[in-house]
Amino acid sequence: MTTTTAASAEPGERTVRKSSPGAARGPRRTGRIKRIGLPYLLLLPALVLELLVHLVPMVIGIVMSFKELTQFYIRDWGTAPWAGFDNYSVSVHFDEPVGKALLHSFFVTIAFTLLSVGLCWLIGTAAAVYMQDNFVGRGVLRALFLVPYALPVYAAVITWVFMFQHDNGLVNHVLHDQLHLTDKPSFWLIGDNSFYALLTVSVWKGWPFAFLIVMAGLQNIPGELYEAAALDGAGLWQQLRRITLPSLRPVNQVLVLVLFLWTFNDFNTPFVLFGRTAPDSADLISVHIYQASFVTWNFGTGSAMSVLLLLFLLVVTGAYLLLTSRGRKTADV
Amino acid sequence: MRRIRAAAAGAVTISLLTAATACGGGSSSGGSNASPKTLTYWASNQGASIEIDKKTLAPELAKFEKQTGIKVKLEVVPWSDLLNRILTATTSGQGPDVLNIGNTWSASLQATGALLPWDAKNFAKIGGKDRFVDSALGSTGAEGKDPAAVPLYSMAYALYYNKKMFAEAGIANPPATWAELIADGKKLSKGGHWGLGAEGSNASENIHHAFVFAKQHGADFFTSDGQADFTNDGVVAAVKQYVDLMAKDKIIAPGNAEYAQNQSVSDFAKGKNAMLLWQSAAANLKSQGMADDAYGIAPVPVQSGTPGTGTNVNSMVAGINLAVFRNTKNLDGATKFVKFLTSDAEQKILNGAYTSIPPVKTAQTDTAFNSPSNAVLKDTLAKSAAALPQVADESQFETAVGTAIKGLFADAAGGRAVTTASVKAALEKAQQQMPKK
Repeated sequence: MTTTTAASAEPGERTVRKSSPGAARGPRRTGRIKRIGLPYLLLLPALVLELLVHLVPMVIGIVMSFKELTQFYIRDWGTAPWAGFDNYSVSVHFDEPVGKALLHSFFVTIAFTLLSVGLCWLIGTAAAVYMQDNFVGRGVLRALFLVPYALPVYAAVITWVFMFQHDNGLVNHVLHDQLHLTDKPSFWLIGDNSFYALLTVSVWKGWPFAFLIVMAGLQNIPGELYEAAALDGAGLWQQLRRITLPSLRPVNQVLVLVLFLWTFNDFNTPFVLFGRTAPDSADLISVHIYQASFVTWNFGTGSAMSVLLLLFLLVVTGAYLLLTSRGRKTADV
Repeated sequence: MRRIRAAAAGAVTISLLTAATACGGGSSSGGSNASPKTLTYWASNQGASIEIDKKTLAPELAKFEKQTGIKVKLEVVPWSDLLNRILTATTSGQGPDVLNIGNTWSASLQATGALLPWDAKNFAKIGGKDRFVDSALGSTGAEGKDPAAVPLYSMAYALYYNKKMFAEAGIANPPATWAELIADGKKLSKGGHWGLGAEGSNASENIHHAFVFAKQHGADFFTSDGQADFTNDGVVAAVKQYVDLMAKDKIIAPGNAEYAQNQSVSDFAKGKNAMLLWQSAAANLKSQGMADDAYGIAPVPVQSGTPGTGTNVNSMVAGINLAVFRNTKNLDGATKFVKFLTSDAEQKILNGAYTSIPPVKTAQTDTAFNSPSNAVLKDTLAKSAAALPQVADESQFETAVGTAIKGLFADAAGGRAVTTASVKAALEKAQQQMPKK
């Protein structure tokens, strides 16, 4: 709202004149500089913070990736010897253990991200569409749906840790003791099942966001479209395919991108679930890089892996934005 | 306008300068007396909970304040966070004045240069190096260098066994060899009870046991010149023997593979497991409601014969060291505090509370440490314990090999075969994860 007012020239000018009557009396040049400079001045705090919070650490990270940074130098990392591209070459030698482990972790992360984002989107959209209809208790249900999103991550995930425990966990109690679906109690926090445990928690935590965004998107679709479609004899499925999903397209494009980036980089969930070192089957790249940096104290290699990850995400995001914007242009035509 | 611009420019400059200095890390040589009246102390979590530690330490810190006028701000840090916290403090240069470290990390933290070296002059300020037991001094830093820390509490592993469960199973004496332990364990593993407890997902705990088994196989994880050597036959056999207690001998419950929060101590206290290999567990067991006379304490088994030096080593030299952060703003106060905590009187009080053994010779001879349980621990420390490798990459070794063993336990629990080849492969991967030299 504010942006719209500020962007339109006339009200903006009026505000400047009103708020500083002194300036109108001064030389014309000062007024112009003020008019041109003010937006930049207002942007300055954000720019400075952006610089400090993102750009400076990023540059430091890139410099670190070219250094031989181990425990011998962390106290004064500037003195660490240059390593050239050694850290990068270790990370991308996929037939050597470090590179092999990184590649494995990368594929685990891709599989995990695709499944998690897909399920989050599917459940979120289904719930949002379902909640469009008016029924008793809709408000309560809507609030309940948002609980996982509102809970502090640590508290939520640690509760899952208790539930996933082999001996006393609720999951095994239900699956094994009550429903008799498994021959014996399964391990969820170690071994191969860890992947599914991680996926479950991730989807549980992520779908309410998708639900929220899709629900907001649905509010913008005019009801007349559905009425007209219904008159033309379109069923629910056709309405969904022909009206709802195409109308949600811009919302979904942003939603999927945000979910992808969040899930791909998720550190909290695996770290709280598995601790400093995750089982092989759930070795997400964020924890893998953390392990390289802070557990084996190879900060240089960890930084190189981070830079590689950043490049990958930049390429994916760029390609995605390009594809989706091209799609939109075609649609506009 | 000009004022706003000047203020903005000022803010940017100050922020950038702050960032630049923060990035520089703690490069100063440190150790001043700029704040002589306060100290920050990071204590490791020794008791059954952080609250119990605070209660134990508070009166002692009050005593120190009364004596010296120096106020000590205490923070008890859980073990799982301690190494990371120290590492962060090292990087930023903003750490506590005095801190506890696990003694096995001494050489690794020494290599960062963040801790004050204990040369002859510094030792003289706390009564001299000779006051401390040799085995405890063996875990204070790399050989040939001034120690990076001073021993505070000494501990050793022992075998804790449930007397009632042993009597019911018709076992008269605690096992002295692994073969006996396995035989006894099989008799005890029935009806929801198990012979032995373990912490399969705790990397450090895994390392401590693997180290002892390796010693008993006449093997080491590092060569004499400090190179990682995780795949030699002795080490592979040692790790396999340890994991086989669950995989082949089936005297450890599979669920123990995911234990990392001392759940095996609770299981023992509740009578779920009949035996426990633990270091100085008495205080912990008592706080969990197990009566002192409900369990017995025996030396950790060996392959054959009786515990001793060489291949009959049956414990690592466990313990906590006290270090001074090199960047301290109260060097004199920090030294006084170390002197206070390692004084005979405090050693008796604190080691008594934590049921550990004082590493200070004069305090160790006190009658309070002559109980049968302490006798086993003292004897082990004196005759059959060895210090973990004092190499700069010790902490990485703990994580890499400890995690490899965690994976092997996961295999055992999940019913996958644990073979010599699979053990060797896991250790090979761990070795390749070690920093290259």
